[in-house]
Amino acid sequence: MSALLFVAQRVSAALLAAAGAVHLVTILYVARSGLTAGDVLGRTHGNAWLFAFYTLFVIAVAIHAPIGLRTVLREWTPWRGIALDVAMVAFAALLLALGLRAVVAVFVA
Amino acid sequence: MLLVRIWRGTTSGRFQVFAVPRRENQTVLDVVTQVQREQDATLSYRFACRVGMCGSCAMVVNGRPRWACRTRVSEAARDDRLQLEPLRNFPVVKDLAVEMTEFFDKWRAAKGFFEPGTAPADDFAVVSPGSSERQAADAGIECIGCGICHSACDVVAWDKDYLGPAALNRAWTLVNDVRDQAGEERLAAVSGASGCVACHTHMSCTKLCPQAIAPTYAIAGLKRAIVSRALRGAT
Repeated sequence: MSALLFVAQRVSAALLAAAGAVHLVTILYVARSGLTAGDVLGRTHGNAWLFAFYTLFVIAVAIHAPIGLRTVLREWTPWRGIALDVAMVAFAALLLALGLRAVVAVFVA
Repeated sequence: MLLVRIWRGTTSGRFQVFAVPRRENQTVLDVVTQVQREQDATLSYRFACRVGMCGSCAMVVNGRPRWACRTRVSEAARDDRLQLEPLRNFPVVKDLAVEMTEFFDKWRAAKGFFEPGTAPADDFAVVSPGSSERQAADAGIECIGCGICHSACDVVAWDKDYLGPAALNRAWTLVNDVRDQAGEERLAAVSGASGCVACHTHMSCTKLCPQAIAPTYAIAGLKRAIVSRALRGAT
């Protein structure tokens, strides 16, 4: 199981490196080009490419962050075992729900 | 004169200061021996070979784990001062002597021992010196179990179950031993959350190993091996 988590964290990190770079460049472009929130939502509305990109981004975050947090908690606290794993699955579900909610919101806005 | 602060006690204790005459080519082992023979016979430390063969005399010298016998005072002392402590990440028996049982239990947990199988080979194995497996095993085989890498490792300090660089290095030499018959069991043994995946690649073990072994690379090899194993469907 730990080996699979190790692979999942490395693969999601690679995705996040690329997706994070694209996301930051997009933010810089929006901030410097004078687009309003309405302009941005106009472009995200119904855009299948952006929907797919940010869905992938959110999934990568929901995989990567809980695995890393689990390791940090194992090293810095006595918390171990099934309770920790269940908490991290719940944390992953929370990240996924909040992230996908935002992705869907800007897609249908 | 050399001012030497030496840890006295176990987990709790204090530093005691001794003044030791400086001598040419003096080693840290010479210093603790002078203290024990001439000043305080109750000082406990461990040594055997005195020449860097056995690894018994490992201790923390001015903040770094080192072999006392192979560390010259001239290279380790700062302003004619030395601070000597027991190895970190080990229970302290007394003063500079530490308990190694847990350390070697982790070698066993990592299956860090040769497994010939139930039906040993009829003849000698022919292992080419140039083969990649032989070279990978050779790179880590000179470990003498002194515990310096274990003392230097931050992850061992954080996770008491972490197998540690020495045990994982030994496991990697055996993964590459073509005669060994316990490859799958060994990879399973080092695959857990406190196995090779816990390594943060700080490389303190590799920097401080007196034998110039690179446990970090051995652990990286184990990571590749367990990933391959996991992708093949083994758990």
